[in-house]
Order: sequence, then C-alpha cells, then structure tokens
Amino acid sequence: MPDFLLELRSEEIPARMQRKAAGDLKKLVTDALVDAGLTYEGAREYWTPRRLTLDLRGLTARSADIKEERKGPRTDAPEKAIAGFLRGAGLESVDQAETRTDPKKGEFLVAVIEKPGRDAADIIASVMPGIIENFPWPKSMRWGAKSAQAGSLRWVRPLQSIIALLGVENDETEVVPFEVSGIATGKVTYGHRFHAPEEITVRRFDDYVAKLEAANVVLDAERRKDIIRADAANLAFAKGLELVEDEALLEEVANLVEWPVALLGEFGADYLDIPPEVIRLTIKENQKCFVLRKQGETALSNTFLLVSNIDAHDGGTEIASGNAKVVNARLSDAKFFWETDLHTIETEGFQPWIDKLDNVTFHAKLGSQGDRVRRIAALARELAPLVGADPDDAEHAAKIAKADLNSQMIYEFPELQGAMGRKYAEIKGEKPEVAAAAELHYSPLGPTDDVPTEPVSVAVALADKLDTLVGFWAIDEKPTGSKDPYALRRAALGVTRLLLENKLSVSVFSLIRESYIQHLFRRQAWNEIVLIPLCDHGYASITAFFFYRGDEVAPWAKFSEIDYDRRVAVVKAKEEEADTRDSATLTSGLQDYELSYELPSFGSVIPDLLAFFHDRLKVYLRDSGARHDLIDAVITPASDDLLAITRRVEALGSFLDTDDGANLLAGTKRAVNILAAEEKKGTGVAESVDPAMFDTDQERALFTTLESAEHCAAEAVEKQNYEGAMKALAALRAPVDAFLDDVMVNVEDDAVRANRLALMRRIRDATGTVADFSKIAG
Amino acid sequence: MSTHDPKTSFQGLILTLHDYWAKHGCVILQPFDMEVGAGTFHPATTLRALGPKPWKAAYVQPSRRPTDGRYGENPNRLQHYYQYQVLLKPSPPNLQELYLGSLAAIGIDPLLHDIRFVEDDWESPTLGAWGLGWEVWCDGMEVSQFTYFQQICGQECSPVAGELTYGLERLAMYVQNVDDVYDLNFNGGEGEERVSYGEIFQQTEREYSRWNFDVADTETLLRHFEDAEKECRNILAADPVDPKKGRAIVMAHPAYDQCIKASHVFNLLDARGVISVTERQNYIGRVRDLSKACGEAFLATEAGGGNPDASEVEAA
Repeated sequence: MPDFLLELRSEEIPARMQRKAAGDLKKLVTDALVDAGLTYEGAREYWTPRRLTLDLRGLTARSADIKEERKGPRTDAPEKAIAGFLRGAGLESVDQAETRTDPKKGEFLVAVIEKPGRDAADIIASVMPGIIENFPWPKSMRWGAKSAQAGSLRWVRPLQSIIALLGVENDETEVVPFEVSGIATGKVTYGHRFHAPEEITVRRFDDYVAKLEAANVVLDAERRKDIIRADAANLAFAKGLELVEDEALLEEVANLVEWPVALLGEFGADYLDIPPEVIRLTIKENQKCFVLRKQGETALSNTFLLVSNIDAHDGGTEIASGNAKVVNARLSDAKFFWETDLHTIETEGFQPWIDKLDNVTFHAKLGSQGDRVRRIAALARELAPLVGADPDDAEHAAKIAKADLNSQMIYEFPELQGAMGRKYAEIKGEKPEVAAAAELHYSPLGPTDDVPTEPVSVAVALADKLDTLVGFWAIDEKPTGSKDPYALRRAALGVTRLLLENKLSVSVFSLIRESYIQHLFRRQAWNEIVLIPLCDHGYASITAFFFYRGDEVAPWAKFSEIDYDRRVAVVKAKEEEADTRDSATLTSGLQDYELSYELPSFGSVIPDLLAFFHDRLKVYLRDSGARHDLIDAVITPASDDLLAITRRVEALGSFLDTDDGANLLAGTKRAVNILAAEEKKGTGVAESVDPAMFDTDQERALFTTLESAEHCAAEAVEKQNYEGAMKALAALRAPVDAFLDDVMVNVEDDAVRANRLALMRRIRDATGTVADFSKIAG
Repeated sequence: MSTHDPKTSFQGLILTLHDYWAKHGCVILQPFDMEVGAGTFHPATTLRALGPKPWKAAYVQPSRRPTDGRYGENPNRLQHYYQYQVLLKPSPPNLQELYLGSLAAIGIDPLLHDIRFVEDDWESPTLGAWGLGWEVWCDGMEVSQFTYFQQICGQECSPVAGELTYGLERLAMYVQNVDDVYDLNFNGGEGEERVSYGEIFQQTEREYSRWNFDVADTETLLRHFEDAEKECRNILAADPVDPKKGRAIVMAHPAYDQCIKASHVFNLLDARGVISVTERQNYIGRVRDLSKACGEAFLATEAGGGNPDASEVEAA
C-alpha cells in the first residue's frame, strides 16, 4: 500500500486562508482518488505560510478492473437505434456486441465494456492538474510571463513548485509526473527563507518533516501554536506577567511564521492611560502582537509579546526594539485619538459628533445617518411606553447612541462602536441606562447573542432595527435568496427576540406604522417635500404634503389628514420655495417639480414585511423545538403580535397532548372538513345560523354549547389566556360528535343544509380565534 | 563613503537602490513632472504596465497626500514624501528574491531583522486598478508594498507586472535609526556639512499644510477639475490620424496628464473638506472613467503593443 506526499509550495499565502485551503486540498484530492476507484487508510493536511502539504497513507496501488454490461435494443431494431447504442457504448460495429436471448425481449444486443484498472500514479497524474487549476481560493491572481496567455493558471500567490511522491513503505518513492502551467512535479523543496535557503530533496512524509524541521520549518500549525504558547508562558512568567489570551490572534500569528520565536517588547508606560481595549486592539490589529498583564491582576502591563520568524543572531534585541518603536507610534496615535475624543466630550459633549452624522450618507433614498438618528429617536420615544421606558430617556439615548461613529476612536477601530459610545456617555455623566443603550442598542446581533432587557436599551434597539427594516422595505431593497446586504434578516430576528424574550405583547403592525411615519416626515431638508397623491397617475390632486426639518414640522402639516394607503412621492421643491413654508405656493404646477423617488403606500409595505417577520418567527420557534404545523395553524397573514403567536403555539402544543385537546382537534377537523368539501363544490352556506330552522336536539345542543364556548373563548383570548380558550372550546367535542354522528348535514332541503353548514362555519370561526385546526397534523 | 552609505545618508539610500536596480536591468528614470499621490501614477508604471511589451523601470517619485499634512509637527506624517518605485513586466519568477536582495544592499540583514510578507490587497479606485501582494514588514514596520498588478486603468494586465514601492523616509528612518523624519541625515555630511531632512522640508510642510487645508481656493480647484476632465476627453476624442503628419498619433500620454491632474485636484478638494461622502464616490468614478479611457488609448499606441498604422489604413 503506497503512501502519497503532495506539497504545493508558493509565495506567502495569506494567514487567514491557509487552514481552509489545506482542508480543501485534502478533500479535493481524496474525493477525486476515491471517485477514480482508489481507497486510502488515512489523510492529513498541513500548512505553513509557504506551502500546503497532504500526507496520504495506505493508498491502493491500482484501481480494480471493471466489467460493465450495457443492454441494448433488439437485434431487429431500426438501424438508427442500433447505431446510437453502439456509439453510446463506444463500440465500432455490431460484431463487437454480444447477442443474447430473453424470453420476453427476444434477441437483443449487449455491450460488454471492460475497463482495466489504472495505477494510482496514473490516476493522481490525471486528477491533480485539474484540482490545482480550479482550486477554490477566495481571491486568486495571475503572474509572470505566462499570464499573457489566455486561461493561464490562477493561484493565491505565485505557485513555485510541486512535490508529488508515491511509494510503498521502506521502499524508494517515485515522482508522479504531471505539470501545471509549466511547473513539473519533483522531489525538491526549500526550507526557511532566511535560515536555510538551500534546496532539500525528500523521499516521503517522514523524512520530509524531519528535513524541514532541520531547515527551520515547523510544518504542523498546531505545533507552531504550542511552541508559541509555551514560549510565551515562560517569557511572561519570568517577568511576573501572564498573556492575555487571544485564540484568533494566535491562529493568525502561527500562520505568519515557519519558525516561531516569541519575544517580549516594551511600550511607554504612559500609554497605559488609554482604555485597555484600545491598547489591545491597537497592538493586535496593527502589529499582530499580544498584550500582557501582571499575574492575577486585570490591569495591562506595558509589555507586549511578538512572534518573529527567525532566531536572530543577537537574540532578538533589534527585532524587539524595532517592534516597540512601531507599537509606541501606534499607541501615540491611539492616545491622541482618545484624548481628542475626551476633550470633545468634556467641552462640547456629543453635539459635534451628532451634527456630523448629517454628512454621512446612510442610503441615497433613506437620507443621512443624521436623518436616521432623528427617526430612531422619535420612534424610540413612541415605543418607550410599550416597553416600560421613560420616553425622554429613550429619545435622548437614541440621539446619542450613534454619536461615537464620528469619534476619532471609532474611525480608527470601527469594531469598538457602541462600546466606546457607552464609555463616552458614562464620562459625560449620562444616566447608566442611557449610557448602556449606546452599546446595547446594537444587540442582539445573532440568534444566540444576549438580548437587552433594560427598557431604554430595548426601546432604542427596537427603533434602530425597525427603522432599517421599514426603510429598506419602503424603497424595495428586500433580501433575495442568499443576498441580504443590509442584514435585514438579522434585524427582523433581532426585533422578534427583543419582543419575545422581554415578553412584550405589541402589535408589529403599529410598530411598522410608527416607523413608516418617521420615514415619511423626518427629512433633512426643507426643499424636499413628501407628496401623497390621491390617484396613481400623476400628482394632480394632492391630499397632503409636508416639510419637516429637525424637530420642526411645517405648520400646515396635519398628520391626521394623511391617507397612508396612497403611493408617496418625494420631490424636490424649487429653491425659492424651500423656505417659504407656505402651502399656497406649492399647490400649483406640480409638473415643474423634480421627482426624487417614490415610495410604495404603507398599505402595500405592511403585509410583505409582516410576512417577513412571520418567516423569522417560524425559524426561531422551529429552532427552539416547536412543531411547524402548530406554528402554521396559529399564524394568519394578519397575526401581528409575535408574543401572542408564540403563546398560542405553546398553549396549543400542551393542550393537544391532553384528552380535551385530542377531542377538540378531532371534532373540529371533522366539522371543518365537511364544510371545506362543500365550500369547494360551491354549496350554499347561510349567512348566519338561524335557530328557528333546527329540527334536531343535536343541533340545538351544539348551538347552545357553541354560544357559551364562543363567549368563554373570546373572553379568554382577550386576556391572552389561550389555554382557557381551548378548554372552553373543548366542550364542543361531545355535541359536535353527536351532531355529526346522528344528523345529516347534506340534506335535500337547501335551506336546512345551508343552515347546518353555517353551524359548521361557526365552529370553524370559533376555533379559528385560537388556531386553524385544518393545518394541524394528525 | 558615508555620503553614499544608506545608514548615514538619505540620498545614499536612493543611490544604492538606483545602483542595485540598474544592475538588474532597469532603466533608471527621473520623477514624473506633475503632482501625483503615489509612484504608481507615473506613466512609466500606469501606462507601461499595460500591453504585451516587456518593461523594467525604477525611479523616485515625490508623492503628495494633502490630507496627511501635519504642519511639520508629526515625526512620521508628511504631505510630500518620496516613494521608490520599481516595475518589472512580466513579473520575474524570482521577484521576491530580487526584492530581498535590495534590502540586503541597503544593509538590512534578514537574520538580524524580521522580514515578513503580510497579506495586502492593493486597490486604486481612481485608477481602476487592483493587484494582490503583500506589505513587507521589517521588525513590525511596513517598509514596502509588493504587488502583482492584475488590472490597471480598467484593463487586464497581460502579462502581469510586479510593482515594488519603498517608502523611502520610513526605510531611511529605520536604517539610520532615527525616530523623527526631520532628523534624517539627507546628504551624509557631518558637522557643518550635514544637511537634515528637516532643513529641506520642514518649512515646506508648514507652507503646504496651510495652503492645502485652509487657503487653496476651492472654486478654482473645482474649475481645474472640470477643465482637466474636459481636456482629457477632448484629447481622446481627436482623430487618431494627425492630418499634418498624415499618420496615426494617439495622444495617450497628454490625455493621461489631464487624468493625473484631475486626480490630484480631487485630493486637494478632499483635503479642503468640501467633498461630501456621496460626492466623493462620484468624483472617484469620474477620474476612473478618464483613466480607463487613457488605458484604452495607450493600448492602441506602439508602446502599448497596438498597431497605430492599422487605424491609419482604416482612416485612409
């Protein structure tokens, strides 16, 4: 059983791509070999900045011979059919096919195709070029003289050499000959770029690893990490320090070196005034170095740890001092940013940053970040009572929540957005809940992220996400398929989780409406007018138009007059009219205005966005173990209280497990099925049930029970007591059964039949206040 | 000789690099005579990187980044600085070794200093250009950009050229071991003979910072931008065949000058803070359109591997 060693050596591969690339290489090669009829015992991938390596053990030396029979047409079939069969089977004439007889089919042709097995080396040589040429790099490039030719090789960085060695244990190995873009396979590689630039000839994996190690290359990334961890711990311990661990940084650093050597450096102690997060990020992002702290303490020390790629002949002194110089320069910038921000906050507060939000475009059709913040603040104020927050606090928190985007610090480190905002708000002396909202209003970011619970944060977080969703829906930039550039699914899931996990029973419909109103009327410039046309053609007849700037509504704007179910046009007013604030001048000659864009009517945004929320809720509930048929049974296109839906699903689930539940389901289904079948046929159903037309006790009993059950259920639903509602409805089981068992619904008398069907519909309507039972399985 | 030693002389660093790259077959060119943001803008790189013809060049390019002005008060940041630029087309297989050889030539020992190739994808939206490569680190400091050009002026590079850009001041600060750019020894002289970088450039940094940030007349600049754009279009719209000479003379270079001018004026307007975020994209797109048109024009010239006579025949 031979082993196969593959090395693809190239110029430095980006650290973040190496691990995945080596895994891809293993999968592509082993899949291709298995597809070609080989098996193997084990495979392991390795990588360094300059090579991807695959160690494949126990490969079968040859694929098995394959004999394949293919049945053809009868011998007397039309010539065309026979010719087609021969061509498909790769035969030249009928003589090469066998003739067989079958009692059913008679005499027919059979092609016997024999595929002899192939040597592993042949297979490797035939599959490898394709794998290399089509390698799934996230970004690839062309290079060198060959790049002038069409279809020249693309690789992450120039590919330099290929080792492909095959051989049985303890025996000589052979180079598997193939060529990719002029690079022929061989058995030569190179060690460390500076320590061991000479060529190395290898035979198999064992001596390959050993020779590389001797040439200052540690092949295994996990070992490089272990070396860094151990050396770092020793160096730190000797100074009474400990490393602030960072797995992601360790992974990156281990893939930037072939020969890891950890060294300590020092930066100016006065930089320790900068917040520790900022120090850590500066040193990590810009210099790929670790920070340290005193053993058992939380405060950082002014020592950092770097990992070099060489054993320097001065022991690393120059390297450490060179790195320290750069770290100091970076921290000097960071300190400058921090102090500039502090100065701004202490002297002028958030206002200069808030003002600048007007200069940052959020989206061409949705205005600036400043517009967005004004909308969110107004919306947060509206939402505050619903979530138990103080309206003034919610509005104020929303106004400052995004101010830090214009701080120096966030310009430099965008990943600190929110965290710095909170810090600055605390320094400014904002209430703790207002400061916290600056950070927490971005949450939850994912399906497992913590959900804010403090009311002010909840109000701002909801407003933030709703504004995004409603805005993009209004300008028709919804997610499609896998494309969701504005992370709208995440925003909708965020709203869903905020409502459910804070047990907030609110109408999503009204949330969307509030946000839509903000989108219509919070426009930055006076010379933009919102027009709501009465008809869909032209703007001849206008019901309302509005100017809005800052917190000021133009005096003639009356929200109550707005007809939300009309399309909306946003037009640019003429310059001279921008500040007249006079409605009279605007009412004539609308064809003179330049149309900026149109928004769909609120009425057409709602159902679609609500359905989007339903989809997110379904995913969320299914992930938490709810039955999808129950979710479907509970949600209707108009359901807009997500908490109520969830409670109904829960109540329905536990109720169906009881006898009452099983009874109600069975009875209701029976009634509903009969009704549905007749409705399909177009049979007449009475407008309402007329007790005067009853002629059986069963009908009367059912009607009486129904009236009281309906009443009790409606009262319970009102209180969101879905279990109580269902218990009340369960009383229907016995009379429903008695009715359906003993009374014919489809009688000859049309009026009686229509009345009985109307009774069935009352049952469906009554149970429908809880769920659509026809959608429940079982 | 200390005047030529990169360890004691800024000009020595340049002379050493000239000497090294001359020995490796480069034509040693002089800086381009217009204001540019980086060595890449020199037509010896931008235009010559296009087309099939081999090309090897090295030169120093003064580079201007108006927004980086700090009135001569920041030890690391300048609005005018020098880049050393090398372009090799097609990129040779040993480009990394050649580059490391140049570091050795200026006295950087790779067994004493930690040299690293760290992923850096290069992109110039105004030039419609991108490439893959690295920033080269020496003991954690970025000393060079190393790029395999894939696209320039919106045109595929065929073949691909390798571009090396050295930040000369940073490199000099490193090899001279000084912390402040203005302390660099420029000429390698000692005592009274010594001329520092600061003596030459600190005053001009102050002057340009003031002009860039506060005085440059934005209306004039906006007009310059429009004019350059218009002139670039004019030049390219001209009949390829010169009626006076009766043969094709495609004016790719004069057109490209106007493109460079528009690009620099845009940088100045940016420094003046009069360009909003949305407008910014618009301006960048306009310069990119010019650069694309210039790239196309260059490909039609002889140096670009085109056949100008073909259009002559066509015209005739």
